[in-house]
Amino acid sequence: MSNHECECATVQQIATGDRAILPKGAKTIPVYVMGKKYEVPETLTIMKAMEYAGFKFLRGAGCRGGICGACPTVYRKEGDYKLHFGLACQTVVEPNMYLAQIPFYPANRASYDIETIEPVAESIHALYPELFRCVACNNCTKACPMGVQVLDYISAIKQGDIARAAHLSFDCIQCGMCASRCMGELPQYHIAQLVRRIYGKYIQPKAEHLRKRVEEIESGKYDATLEKLQKMGKDELEKLYKEREREPDMAPLGTWMPQDTQYL
Amino acid sequence: MKVAYYPGCTLKTKAKNLEDAALASMKALGVELEELNRWNCCGAVHSLADDDLIHHVAPVRDLVRAMEQGSDKVVTLCSMCYNSLARANLIMRDDEVKRKTINDFMDEEEDYHGEVEVVHFLNFLRDEVGFDTIRAKVKYPLNGLKVATYYGCTLARPRNVAIEPPGGTRLMTDFLDAVGATPVKFADAFTCCGSYQIIANPENAVNVAAGILDCAAKAGAEALVLSCPLCEFNLAKKQGDMIQSGKISKGLPIFYFTQLLAAALGLGKEACRFDLNDKCSVEILKSKNLAMEAVAGIA
Repeated sequence: MSNHECECATVQQIATGDRAILPKGAKTIPVYVMGKKYEVPETLTIMKAMEYAGFKFLRGAGCRGGICGACPTVYRKEGDYKLHFGLACQTVVEPNMYLAQIPFYPANRASYDIETIEPVAESIHALYPELFRCVACNNCTKACPMGVQVLDYISAIKQGDIARAAHLSFDCIQCGMCASRCMGELPQYHIAQLVRRIYGKYIQPKAEHLRKRVEEIESGKYDATLEKLQKMGKDELEKLYKEREREPDMAPLGTWMPQDTQYL
Repeated sequence: MKVAYYPGCTLKTKAKNLEDAALASMKALGVELEELNRWNCCGAVHSLADDDLIHHVAPVRDLVRAMEQGSDKVVTLCSMCYNSLARANLIMRDDEVKRKTINDFMDEEEDYHGEVEVVHFLNFLRDEVGFDTIRAKVKYPLNGLKVATYYGCTLARPRNVAIEPPGGTRLMTDFLDAVGATPVKFADAFTCCGSYQIIANPENAVNVAAGILDCAAKAGAEALVLSCPLCEFNLAKKQGDMIQSGKISKGLPIFYFTQLLAAALGLGKEACRFDLNDKCSVEILKSKNLAMEAVAGIA
C-alpha cells in the first residue's frame, strides 16, 4: 500500500446489506438531520445520504427524479441566516447542513366542479378568498425548490390574468413549501392547480388535429386494426414492430411521410 | 413619449373602464403607457401603525420593480394605488430607520431609497400632456354636461401626498374644462365615500355615500366624476340599494375621468367602456347627444 492510499482510506466500511458500501478513499462530511450529526459520503443527494445514515422513507419519497414533489427538504448552512429549500432527491449534501424533511404541509383545498365552474378570475377569488391576505413578502418564492415565481403568479391571479398565472406556475410540483412560509396563510399551490385546470379546459387553444383523431377513433376507424393486433402472436408482433416504418431522427419537421398511409 | 405605468389589480378586473379608457386616450394622444412587467398589489390601504412595516413591503416592491426596469417615474390611475405607493415611497425616502429595516427584509432585491417618483394620472395629464394639448385634440366636447368634481380622500390626504396643495385643488375642474364639460364644485368633494366600511358597516357607508350623491345633485350636478374603483363601488354600484331604501330619489351617473377624456377625444365603445357603467350614465350621454359613437348600441 502506498503512502498516498494510506492518507485517504479513513472511512470504515460497513456492509449490513442495506447500506451503501463506500469505495476505498471516499470522503465523508458531517450533516445534521433533525439536529443529530451523521457522517455521510459527499456527493450523495440528501435522500441517499439519509438512507445511508439509516433512515427509511415510507412516505416522503416518490419519483426520486425531481418531479413528484414528495421530498422537500428545509435546511440551513453554517453561519448563514437564510433558510434554504430543495428536493432531497435532487440536492447534494454539503458539510454542516442542518436539515429536516417536510413531506406534507397542511393547506386547505377548495372543492369545485371543473365542468360547471365559470372560467373567470372571480370564481377563483370566491373559492380562495385568502388570496387577498397576501402582503407580497415573497417568502413563497424564496421557499420554492423549483424556482417558480410564486408571488408573481399569485399577483397575476389577483389581477385576473389566468393565462399568465398558469404559465408562471407551470413548474410547480405541489410540494407545499410556499404555503409553509406564507405570512397570509395562503394555499398557493392548490390555487395554482385550479388556475391551470381552468386554463387547460377553457382558455388554452385546443389542438385541432387531436380533436380530429379522437373523432376518428370514436367512429371506429381503427377498430379492425386493433382487433387484428390483439389476435397476433408474440413472434408476429415482434416482427411487425421491428419492420415498422420509422421517421429518421434528424428528418426536418414536416418532410417525412410513411410509405403506408392507410392509418393516417 | 413612453412612461412606466402601474395599473393595480382592480383595474384588471372590476374597473376595466377606468384603465381601457386611459390607455386608449393616451394612444390617441401619442403617449405610450408601458405597464410594469412585474407588479403586485399595492397593499390598497396604507398601514398607520408605526411598527407595522410588513404592510409597506408590497408597495415598496412595486417601486423596486419600476426602478429595476430603469424608470424614475411611475404613473397610476387608481387613487388608492396612488396613495399607498406614494406614502410608502415617502417612508423609503425620508425615514432612515424604516428604510433600513424594509431593505434588510427584502434581502433579494436592490436597496431602495425613494428613487422613483409616483405620479397620479391627473397630474400627468396636466404637467406632461398638458390640458391645452388635450383641449386642442378634443373632437366631441362634452358641452352642457354638468359634472361634480369628486376627489374623495386618497387624492387629497394626507397633505404630503396630495395631488395638489390642500385648499386649492382644481385638477378635476381644469380637466373637465379641457374636455368641454361644465365642472360643478360641491361641498362633499373631499368627503370619504365610506371606503371599506361598506364591508364592515354597510349601513353607515351607504348613508355617507348617499349624502355625497345628494350634495352633488343639490349643487346642480347631472353626473359625478372620480378616479377610484372603491369610491365607484360605493357611489355607483350601491345606488340601486339607495333608491330602493329611499336614501336617494334618483340615480346620479358616475364616470371615471378617463372615460370622459376618451369620449371627448372621439374614441369608440371599446375605448370608453360605458357598457360597464350604470344605465343612467349611458342615458344622460344619449339625452344630450354626447359621445354618440361610444354609447351607440348600449342598452
